[in-house]
Amino acid sequence: MEEHDPVEDLKKGFDVVVMGTGLTETILSGILSVEGKRVLHIDKNPYYGGDGASLKLSQVFAKFRGETSKSTNDPKDKDWNIDLIPKFLMADGELARILRSLQQVQDNVQFQQIEGSYVYRAHSGGILGLGGHSGVIKVPSNALEAATSSLVGILEKGRLKKFLEFVANYDDKSGPMYQGKNLDKELMKTIYDQFGLETATRDFVGHAMALYSDDGYLNLPARPTFNKIRLYASSVAMYGSSPYIYPLYGLGDLPSAFTRLSAVHGGTYMLNTEVLGFEYGADKKVSGVKIKFEDPKHDGQFIDLVINTSRVVAAPEYVPEGKKKVPTGQNVIRAICVLKHPVKDAGDNSQIIIPQSQIGRKNDIYIAVLSDKHHVCPKGYFLAIVSTIAERGDNPQDELKPAFELLGAIEEKFMGNASILWEPADSVEIEDFDNIFVSKSLDASSHLESCTDDVKYLYRCMEGKDLDIDDLKKTASAE
Amino acid sequence: MSEGGPKPSSSVKLVLLGEAAVGKSSLVLRFVNDDFQENKEPTIGAAFLTQKCNLPNRTIKFEIWDTAGQERFASLAPMYYRNAQSALVVYDLTKASSLTKAKHWVAELQRQASPGIVIALVGNKLDLTTQSTGLEGSMGGLSLSAAANSGADGDDDEEEEDARQVTTAEAKGYAEEEGLLFYETSAKTGHNVSEVFTAIANAIPESTLKTRGGPGTGRGGAGGSSGDTFGGTGGVNLSAAGETNKDACAC
Repeated sequence: MEEHDPVEDLKKGFDVVVMGTGLTETILSGILSVEGKRVLHIDKNPYYGGDGASLKLSQVFAKFRGETSKSTNDPKDKDWNIDLIPKFLMADGELARILRSLQQVQDNVQFQQIEGSYVYRAHSGGILGLGGHSGVIKVPSNALEAATSSLVGILEKGRLKKFLEFVANYDDKSGPMYQGKNLDKELMKTIYDQFGLETATRDFVGHAMALYSDDGYLNLPARPTFNKIRLYASSVAMYGSSPYIYPLYGLGDLPSAFTRLSAVHGGTYMLNTEVLGFEYGADKKVSGVKIKFEDPKHDGQFIDLVINTSRVVAAPEYVPEGKKKVPTGQNVIRAICVLKHPVKDAGDNSQIIIPQSQIGRKNDIYIAVLSDKHHVCPKGYFLAIVSTIAERGDNPQDELKPAFELLGAIEEKFMGNASILWEPADSVEIEDFDNIFVSKSLDASSHLESCTDDVKYLYRCMEGKDLDIDDLKKTASAE
Repeated sequence: MSEGGPKPSSSVKLVLLGEAAVGKSSLVLRFVNDDFQENKEPTIGAAFLTQKCNLPNRTIKFEIWDTAGQERFASLAPMYYRNAQSALVVYDLTKASSLTKAKHWVAELQRQASPGIVIALVGNKLDLTTQSTGLEGSMGGLSLSAAANSGADGDDDEEEEDARQVTTAEAKGYAEEEGLLFYETSAKTGHNVSEVFTAIANAIPESTLKTRGGPGTGRGGAGGSSGDTFGGTGGVNLSAAGETNKDACAC
């Protein structure tokens, strides 16, 4: 019988080599494989997910504290799936739409809804309309709930209802003109003015519904904000109570599921593989990648190999700073907190937003609260993962303090350095573009919508056409 | 075994593991379609296949997950073995190093998979051992009974051109130590193939079936697209309209 030598197979070359198994890269390699491209997908880590992996507790100890022996032998270790970057899916968002089109991915991931979305209100209370104690309040999940929520002042409720109805009746497909307004020109703050909304209400709409983490959107055209509010509303409408869904066993299962889709369609996967460099042709375009990996036939022996390819997709950590990637200027600080109790008034799986206006910051703080219901920790434990955009370089602990105070007793807290958010440095439009397509870092938001934007952008750059999800569905199910 | 009758039926997730080219897919192909393809290409296009196994008092529907080639560079995700109730760890009995890899997979399963998982160690390519001269060896090629029951007489006699590199005694001894089912098979001739699956089906405790039929096995049974395949409350069926029949993507 003919022997299929995996290394010989690598030497045949690939249409695309993908580096890094974060969500953006894995969705792309899934799509490209379904479309029949020969894809090689590499990750330097021994696990899938890149920066967005979900790790075991032992791996988290190793990563943040260098304690390699800790709890690896604990039989409960496998019950932990701790997101390095916690995010939720909008139930009616673009990623959910892609997932709905790909049965083979759905077969591998199960979702549960997140039970609630909460905002923090500071003690003064006056800002948000009513007096009372500091604490978290559930974000209304529809206009009706909004009208009865204590988040909105009594006199304001009618105005908010009118505003939300106005937004709900907009249809992005019919273009920017809407009831005499050009939503590509009119600023969001002008629209708020027209409806006479109070600052506290704008805060609530912009941060808890449109999910902006700062107030920059007020001075931008209204159309994207309209669409974000509409997405929030339609997502809540899908399963009730919150707009979010979350995969069982952690967010890291999403990249894993897309790698399986790719593999089922012929994609080749290599974890624990070091990228040594790129090779270029006379036309200055990439012609291959040099990798180092363990010989599948001889344990412990490593092979250097140049793999021919004409195109590369790379996560930021695989390309040098300067020519290929630049910092966006935003750095994200995150803290993984292990609790032994649910978060007061916010249940055991929820999103808590601490709006910047409530704590004198420019950027909101997000807390993702998860429990064993989503199979991310053993029974009796809770995960609260806190994140925000860093505003000062000196003391990240201090910046997250308002969140830690909300959480109560914290069993273990893991914090690394602030992560730099990267974006590609060179435009694919330039004459001598090298055909190395760099993805963006996962952003600081609480959801994954910008990730699918990046997937679509990269797809368009690579294939010269828009990604057609319905078409993809047909191709995938034709197998 | 007769069809029909309201025997209880349960879905069981079975994962395939083992080095590349030991015949994992071929074993499943033999079991599911009673077919064998010479020089089969490495696995692509098969997310999983399903096959029923009728036992006297119940029916087990295997959801058989193929590695999709992700074992080639040790790149299987934990997702793969999660909630698997059974595993087929395959080695090529004409290649000693493949048993080493198989042992690695068994250890991985014991670490990562559900505690009660039923693991069968399978030495495949029995047809490549010399059936004419190797009779005094560990496995008589003509033996129709399961190696697990008949291999005890192996005297490790590895003679001349016999392609066999792993003796029955060695593999069986290891399987006994680890509490694994053990068979030597030929996907090519079909020898012992259905026996492996029947033995796994029999070994799965009824109690785990009752409690684990739905949420434990991916999206539940093939073709079953009802929203309640998810455990607990708050489960979300992404595509309520997704009637895609998984049997259809079996090949």
